[in-house]
Amino acid sequence: MSSWEEQRRAWQAEIEKRPPAPASTSSGIPVDPLYAPPAAGEARDPSSIGFPGQYPYTRGIHASGYRGKLWTLRQYAGFGTAEDTNARYRFLLEQGQTGLSVALDLPTQMGFDSDDPEVEEEVGRVGVAIDTLDDMEVIFAGLPLDRISTSFTINGTAAILLAMYLAVCEKQRVPAAKINGTIQNDILKEYVARGTWIYPAAPSMRLIVDTIEHCAAHAPSFNAISVAGAHFRDAGCTAVQEMGYTLADAVAYVQACVERGMNVDAIARQVSFFFYTHMDFFEEVAKYRAGRRLWARIMRERFGAKDPRSWMFRFGCVCGGSTLTAQQPMNNVVRVSYELLSAVLGGVQSVFTAAYDEAFALPTEATAELSLRTQQVLAYESGVPAVADPLGGSWYVEALTDRMEAEIAALIERIDGMGGMVRAVEQGAIQREIAQEAFRQQKRIDSGEKVIVGVNRFAKPEEPQLTLYEPDPRIRERQVARLAEVKRRRDGAAVRRALDELKAAARGTENLVPRLLACAKAYCTVGEMNGVLVDVFGRFQEPASV
Amino acid sequence: MGGRLRVLIAKPGLDGHDRGAKVVALALRDAGMEVIYTGLHQQVDRVAAVALAESVDVVALSILSGAHLSLTRKLMASLEARGIRDDVKVVVGGAIPPPDVPRLLELGVARVFPTGVPLEEIVKWFGGIERRSAA
Repeated sequence: MSSWEEQRRAWQAEIEKRPPAPASTSSGIPVDPLYAPPAAGEARDPSSIGFPGQYPYTRGIHASGYRGKLWTLRQYAGFGTAEDTNARYRFLLEQGQTGLSVALDLPTQMGFDSDDPEVEEEVGRVGVAIDTLDDMEVIFAGLPLDRISTSFTINGTAAILLAMYLAVCEKQRVPAAKINGTIQNDILKEYVARGTWIYPAAPSMRLIVDTIEHCAAHAPSFNAISVAGAHFRDAGCTAVQEMGYTLADAVAYVQACVERGMNVDAIARQVSFFFYTHMDFFEEVAKYRAGRRLWARIMRERFGAKDPRSWMFRFGCVCGGSTLTAQQPMNNVVRVSYELLSAVLGGVQSVFTAAYDEAFALPTEATAELSLRTQQVLAYESGVPAVADPLGGSWYVEALTDRMEAEIAALIERIDGMGGMVRAVEQGAIQREIAQEAFRQQKRIDSGEKVIVGVNRFAKPEEPQLTLYEPDPRIRERQVARLAEVKRRRDGAAVRRALDELKAAARGTENLVPRLLACAKAYCTVGEMNGVLVDVFGRFQEPASV
Repeated sequence: MGGRLRVLIAKPGLDGHDRGAKVVALALRDAGMEVIYTGLHQQVDRVAAVALAESVDVVALSILSGAHLSLTRKLMASLEARGIRDDVKVVVGGAIPPPDVPRLLELGVARVFPTGVPLEEIVKWFGGIERRSAA
């Protein structure tokens, strides 16, 4: 029997005889053909990896992994009017979904009412239209808001929608302390990648601090911010950039709350994260492990958080996004399944698996169901959730985790050097970096260097036609009629009073959430509240970015 | 006579997904064309006004929100009102379901580039367009 060292040398000689082609991760990190300890017995110091549920949480935030609590199966849905969306939610909850994720239409996200002629083609199109509290009441009618968690993908108008949700919970007599869920409320990445910005950076940061402060005091189980890397990623950046920009954004938000005078441990409980999981399997696992470790260090060392819960990096993700292809769309089911597995091996807390037809349109009921079943098969049939961090200790995964952590930390340091994320974004610096990376990636795809099955390899000339979701052409008409009815019924004097008080408060420095809550309860519209804030705050001016 | 092709890349409506718009802008610029990118949230009327003021050869709309039919219809009317409907070619790119491609062509769109079309194909098509002699 030859010694370990002899075996290693023999392997090395074999490799050198026929050196394999170089390979790298999608972020460009070079990858060796094999990972092994450098010499016999020279294993990595186990204390640097640690245990799940312990600082720095490389192996996960829960001591028992998924045995104690499975990740939340959370599908993004919402379309048409409030009644349509309520019906879809009831269906999804009956099918075993455990959290709601509310998709809002663009007018709601941008602060327009459904009767605004400027936005007629967009009402109820990519999500549900919400104009007043009345719509919110219909969407959540009969749903157990004290037992499910609700996530809103809302940013520019996040404070307004939060106020409406708090109001609807109050009306359903659910105590604020029992409300679970998230608003995305991450404006910095909107300036860079998703585009639903309204006000300039300074007042936007103020509104975000207002919501975090309000929830920390009144609804501590509701996450007032979900710092999202997802949209950087779909805009074309690498996994390293996705995690680096996201943590730099989170640093900016925590810093702003600290400057308001909040206790860092109260802030930390309000912050969660959100990413896209893409196709480079081990890189995605390492991305999440590295991000978890870095965030723990940032909260403990940079901000001095004392409560171990403040060090925990809690995140959700989407599997799908821009990795879905319009060509051979059934292949997307396979892509989403692998992405889901890597997210779960990375220790994710909640997952949305996209439907295979989302490269074309909103999912149909059948495709949305299949994407939920994809999660259930992994959760209940595969045995994967039985062991915490099963890839922990893998020479490759640990080495990649270390390497990614170093690259992400260097990126954060570079952004610190630019004066932080707010400055970098106002100057368009991050926008330019991402556009360049997206262009580079596209050229790699077009040249065939990066293979996408069914697109630049194994493509077929004829594509089968899918049955797609067709939006109801009368959505706007129905929604405008609902809005007119609410406007007729509401107390006009109370509306004016609430809006005047909001305006006065916006000019000062007080927390705006209670004022917005008063507006919501008076059935002020999203457009009316936003109009007041635009009057006081102005609009963001987009810097040149290409 | 014409010189370099002038292209206006526009993001009409509220949709904020501009990866495609920016990547195409960089690719066309790399290929030697003059590219103007409007930025996000443009009103269709303003897009038509910029097309006129900058005497562009092509207006390229990038839309991923599903509102492509009505936004394109509005742009065509706005170009018509400014008297440049026949001088400017309009192309549409983004999340366009296959059944909507012929509908867009019927509205007078010169070419549709749904997501997934290689850059090379887009650049090649633009390369075949002649600069307006007016300039």
